[in-house]
Amino acid sequence: MAQSPQDVFAPWEDATEKPLIRFRNVTKNFGDFTAIDDLTLDIYAKEFFALLGPSGCGKTTLMRMLAGFEKPTTGTIELDGKDIANVPPNQRAVNMMFQSYALFPHLSVYENIAFGLKRSDMDKADIPARVDEMLRLTRLQKFAKRKPHQISGGQRQRVALARSLAKAPKLLLLDEPLGALDKKLRHETQFELMDIQEKTGTTFVIVTHDQEEAMTVASRVAVMDAGVIVQVATPDRIYENPNSVYVADFIGEVNFIEGHAAVVDGVATISWAEGQPPIRAKTDLSADTQCTYAVRPEKITITQDEPQDRPNKIKGAVLDIAYLGNISTYHVELPDGKVIKAQTANDRRIARRSFTWEDTVWLSWTDTAGVVLTA
Amino acid sequence: MRRFSWFNATSLTVGFVFLYLPMIILVIYSFNESRLVTVWAGFSTKWYAELMQNTAFLDAAWITVKVGFWSSTLATILGTMAAYVMVRGGRFFGRTLFSGMVYAPLVMPEVITGLSLLLFFIAIDLDRGVLTIVLAHTTFSMCYVSVVVSSRLVSFDKSLEEAALDLGCTPFDAFRSVTLPIIAPSVIAGWLLAFTLSLDDLVIASFASGPSSTTLPIKIFSAVRLGVTPEINALSTIMIGIVTVGVITASLVMKRNVARQKADEVRAAQG
Amino acid sequence: MRRFTLIAIPYLWLFALFLVPFLIVVRISFSYYELSIPPYGPQLDLSTGWDGVKAFFAELNWENYAFLTGDDLYWKAYLSSLKIALIATFFTLLVGFPIAYAMAKAAEEWRPMLMMLIILPFWTSFLIRVYAWIGILGTEGYLNQLLLGIGLIDAPLTILNTNVAVYIGIVYTYLPFMVLPIYAALEKMDDSLLEAAEDLGCTRTQAFWLVTAPLAKSGIIAGCFLVFIPSLGEFVIPSLLGGSDTLMIGKVLWEEFFSNRDWPVASTVAVILLLILIIPIILFQRNEQKQRETDG
Repeated sequence: MAQSPQDVFAPWEDATEKPLIRFRNVTKNFGDFTAIDDLTLDIYAKEFFALLGPSGCGKTTLMRMLAGFEKPTTGTIELDGKDIANVPPNQRAVNMMFQSYALFPHLSVYENIAFGLKRSDMDKADIPARVDEMLRLTRLQKFAKRKPHQISGGQRQRVALARSLAKAPKLLLLDEPLGALDKKLRHETQFELMDIQEKTGTTFVIVTHDQEEAMTVASRVAVMDAGVIVQVATPDRIYENPNSVYVADFIGEVNFIEGHAAVVDGVATISWAEGQPPIRAKTDLSADTQCTYAVRPEKITITQDEPQDRPNKIKGAVLDIAYLGNISTYHVELPDGKVIKAQTANDRRIARRSFTWEDTVWLSWTDTAGVVLTA
Repeated sequence: MRRFSWFNATSLTVGFVFLYLPMIILVIYSFNESRLVTVWAGFSTKWYAELMQNTAFLDAAWITVKVGFWSSTLATILGTMAAYVMVRGGRFFGRTLFSGMVYAPLVMPEVITGLSLLLFFIAIDLDRGVLTIVLAHTTFSMCYVSVVVSSRLVSFDKSLEEAALDLGCTPFDAFRSVTLPIIAPSVIAGWLLAFTLSLDDLVIASFASGPSSTTLPIKIFSAVRLGVTPEINALSTIMIGIVTVGVITASLVMKRNVARQKADEVRAAQG
Repeated sequence: MRRFTLIAIPYLWLFALFLVPFLIVVRISFSYYELSIPPYGPQLDLSTGWDGVKAFFAELNWENYAFLTGDDLYWKAYLSSLKIALIATFFTLLVGFPIAYAMAKAAEEWRPMLMMLIILPFWTSFLIRVYAWIGILGTEGYLNQLLLGIGLIDAPLTILNTNVAVYIGIVYTYLPFMVLPIYAALEKMDDSLLEAAEDLGCTRTQAFWLVTAPLAKSGIIAGCFLVFIPSLGEFVIPSLLGGSDTLMIGKVLWEEFFSNRDWPVASTVAVILLLILIIPIILFQRNEQKQRETDG
């Protein structure tokens, strides 16, 4: 595998790298409803690729097309350079881990994992060794003889994973794989998934509506909305440099300020309210435009006194305080009624709150803290 | 707080007495010594002995069981196919007609079903006998089987089938090795229902049978028209006994399976 | 290809053994009685080609339908069937509702047992269950013996071979069909609804009429149709328990066919019976549809 110049795993930045999966102008209609709208996307070998979006955005349809349960209405899907439109699901080197796990209730854990192997061209004698390997990988050796209803939810999840990995597919699809687990178990399992992905070197495509999950596990995230991919990028870029209001709003908390940007030498000056100083922000834009300025709450500093040397600062009054343990979120009301959220880390035990309701405070941030969005 | 009043206790008692007393009387009087069925004259099992001598009844019983076995087996195969087509078939030409034909026999009065089949057998010049009864019974009981099986298929998690396909099964293999084992209880229930319906049927069998193929219900009906006889009481008792044992066994097995499943789940949740 | 076979086999079976036979009935209902084998005409004669077909259709007519509406035996039989089915359905509801209600109120661990007790008779032979009442209701039957024995009556009652016996027979054999849907509707009902109603000032009786009854409505309707529809075309019960004056259309059809050997009239009776049944069947399906929608 070719390495990118920085020696980081980033095949999508390497023009010579061939993608494993290639969606080209794929459209999928169900009757009058367009589930996928003219979508083009490349996914590379060994990626952990996340499809993120609200329910009904088309992410599941996209995955089911990869598995072979749906056919694109127009456009082509290539796996390893070959069009797979007419390959039925049972002949694809693609396996899927279902949201419901879809474990066969009448078969034991062992038989579930062996199910696919028995239907492959693997030698009958080699099957037990492969199943054992999978059981070891997912730490299920003790449960081989149990039926699915005799094990816990977390164990069932691992059986489903082991079963779909057993045939060593080129591509593993995971449909909301952790959706049925409780929060704590979900966090543990996320790391386990990444670990297994790395160990097996399989390409993973995960569908999720949980942005935290997508950010944790994925090498790249595609944010979808209404059958269209809005942005594909690494988790940090998605968070720090969203390309649209939709993405910024979907991932994490954010403040939006509408205004008009005047751009000079890569710096936008945004006038947004009567009597307030304009916001200054670095930007790639070259022309003046209407815009939405987006800034994350944790990038905003809250102080009692007017800060010096900060390009952006506003005065307001504390309206609400949400104490979340590790952090606190302050809702600060500006004179015109607009509310801005600011977050501070509670890195010390608080004996006494620094701010309380109706205190007058200053909010300030740098010119690189936020992004200027036009979409 | 549950409210279980005297009113409720009374309605249950009266209701179940109403349901069961007639059959209990029938059973008791089958052991009556006297031929006069309404007068008790002491305990005897002679009517059972007499029944065992009655070759006409035994022949009819044998034909009935044969018809029941073949028709319910055919009905189970066809009904399961029909259910699968209805639930998973997607769209095809004449789907509305198909589901109409599956449901119509359920509400069709037996006299009409019987009449139409008889006229059909005559039209195609098929001699009436065991075969025609089997065909007739298969046709109406496959619809019952399909209702039973399709209600199970509707709640069947479709992703199980998709998982099988995903793991390399052909559609037929997926049905055989995943769907069928899971819906098996409903298929068995369908078979039992079809078998019972066939054993029970008088009207359709009367239309579809020929002189050499008298089934037990036809035989009972013609005997009963003349009034109550102790032999019929004995025969009824045997039939009630078989059904009771069968149903109680089935429900005990089911109860045990449910209890075991619950225990397993509790244990699994504890880790 | 496999999918095609899967669809085709049950499709063709039902087509050949349900639809075609039924169409034959419809066709014969437009024919006339003849002393021949088969005992009706016209016969389609294809040897004369297209003219034969034309002649065949020209001879089909509505005469049997005119005859049926003209002869008061038949429309009386239809009316009497409707009346008997309606009255019997009403009594089944009267008997069935308290049982279903009590079952739904019984302790959870008892309910499967009660369910089984309701379903058990359903697996037992219909014929035998009807037969059991002959011994009970006869002039010298157990009921008269009992009533005479305790001195409630002086002379035996005549119940067997009357419409009363038919009502009893229908209530008895179709009771499970009434109890099960009502029980299913009541069992889903949350007990806290009644507590809420009482909390808001209802008496228990008011709570029953304002909360329980409306929630059980669809179950009651389903149960009534499940009893009404099959009892309308019932044959076994009127012929074993009913008298010579019990007119039910199933019995008329049977006799028209087996005793009078008048196939065309028997077929016409069948077609009209089916036309009458279409209304309750459609209403029943509407009710089921509505129920599914509120559930889903």
